[in-house]
Amino acid sequence: MLNIGLSHFLSVSAILFVLGVLGIFLNRKNIIVILMSIELILLSVNLNFVAFSSALQDLTGQIFAMFVLTVAAAEAAIGLAILVIYFRNRSSIAVDDVSTLRG
Amino acid sequence: MNWTLVLPELVLAICGLLALVAGVIPKRDTSYAINMAVLGALLLSGVLVLVQPEGTAFAGQYVSDAFTKFTKLLVVAGAALGVLVAMDWNAKQGLAKFEFPILLLFSTIGMMIMLSANDLLTLYIGLELLSLSLYVIAAFDRDNGRSSEAGLKYFVLGALASGLLLYGASLIYGFSGTTNFDRIADAIGTAEAVPFGLVVGLVFVLAALAFKVSAVPFHMWTPDVYEGAPTPVTAFFASAPKVAAIGLLTRVAAGPFGDLAGQWQQIIILCSLASMVLGALAAIGQTNIKRLMAYSSIGHVGYALMGLAVGSELGVRALLVYMAIYLFTNVGAFAVLIAMRRNGQSLEKVEDLAGLGRTDPAMALAMTLFMFSMAGIPPLAGFFGKYFVIGAAIQGGFITLAVVGVLSSAVSAYYYLRVIKVMYFDAGIGALDARPASLSVVLAGTGLFTLFFFAFPGLFLSAAQAAVAALVG
Repeated sequence: MLNIGLSHFLSVSAILFVLGVLGIFLNRKNIIVILMSIELILLSVNLNFVAFSSALQDLTGQIFAMFVLTVAAAEAAIGLAILVIYFRNRSSIAVDDVSTLRG
Repeated sequence: MNWTLVLPELVLAICGLLALVAGVIPKRDTSYAINMAVLGALLLSGVLVLVQPEGTAFAGQYVSDAFTKFTKLLVVAGAALGVLVAMDWNAKQGLAKFEFPILLLFSTIGMMIMLSANDLLTLYIGLELLSLSLYVIAAFDRDNGRSSEAGLKYFVLGALASGLLLYGASLIYGFSGTTNFDRIADAIGTAEAVPFGLVVGLVFVLAALAFKVSAVPFHMWTPDVYEGAPTPVTAFFASAPKVAAIGLLTRVAAGPFGDLAGQWQQIIILCSLASMVLGALAAIGQTNIKRLMAYSSIGHVGYALMGLAVGSELGVRALLVYMAIYLFTNVGAFAVLIAMRRNGQSLEKVEDLAGLGRTDPAMALAMTLFMFSMAGIPPLAGFFGKYFVIGAAIQGGFITLAVVGVLSSAVSAYYYLRVIKVMYFDAGIGALDARPASLSVVLAGTGLFTLFFFAFPGLFLSAAQAAVAALVG
């Protein structure tokens, strides 16, 4: 049996983090996908914190993860609210349309 | 547990919650009363910061020292000025909602918490409280497509920055075994070889903070958000949160990671050089004055970071004085932009200032002072800011930084002087609307500060010196 250790957790969370960042930058379609990518980044961070917490035998990381979860909820609420008023003004949430402000 | 230490934040938070209730219950419009109440709360908390004892609270998560005192007073002053300059504009624009000053108040609590942070968790919570409030006020003009687009862009890029910060924080936690700044410093100081993961974490955190201070190469959001957000909101973005973020960056770099200076110095030097050059060059072709001020603020961040890049006590002292001068000059310049209104329409083109020298000589004179000060012309305040920073760079042996600083200052003088030329020498299309008394007060105060700074630089220098001593010692 393969023994799953800290490095496996760190690899998974690094992959999730990179996927999230790429999701923000390579995404040409829809802002909802960007919001999902942001959540993915925050969850990869949580995985990191919990894995380190378990490896270090120290509770701080898990408490940190709780705070991140709470703030992520607030952040998603505010993001969706801004998205709603944006949609009301522009009748579109396509990423390519978010470009009126340009010098 | 020494909870009375956090009295300034506690009082501000309770006032904010009470103001929310007081704003909702009455049937009539409460925005003016809430504005005044928030100004009072900010003043009260400023006084509490002034008399705040030094020490740590909440198991070392919160710290109060001369550094937090200096930066928090600047932040509270910036927030109070932000409420003051926004009041009349919001009313004329139909945006006089009582939530606006309360959001500014909550963002101020966030800034104060992050400046007092002595733990990655406190840092994160403070930064998020600030950011979440800022996302909302960027999109505050919710029936305006440009404002909501600014809010959306700021939200997406700000959330990405928070993600970077958290990822860096998780690595720092994992490789040092703690989130407390003092214990991180101990872990780095006693380690034979600093773990690679810790350095990677530090780079992530620095990138996220560079995002928040809008240093190049993490500045992309700044011009768009500054242009799209309502003008008083832009004025606020460019003042208090910027000072707070620079203060936080300084605290993180010089405090827990002071022993890793060799690692972060190169990053800060590059950011500083690139910000100064981009701030000078990109602003030249701008016709929208809010966009111009955005690039100007990127340039000023470059100068401030020069003080941190030097890594000496002298450099950090220069950085603090620079940010103090920048705060007041910038609020003054934005007060002029907020007063730009003709036939009830808010204006934001550089040409709209044409003829101001004849139609409103007092405001034109104030704007001239601010522009000359930002360009760094003696004996105005901005000259001293640049003089201290560049002097610290030369003493530290960073000649490249100093030379690029002087050159980009000369280039940026072009667009500052262009504003003055438009005001005095171009034919205008008519007078601007009469400016409200609140803006006149702000203009007079910041104008006098800019003009007479040379008479009392010692006051700021000694306060900044004490702040640096607390940070390094």
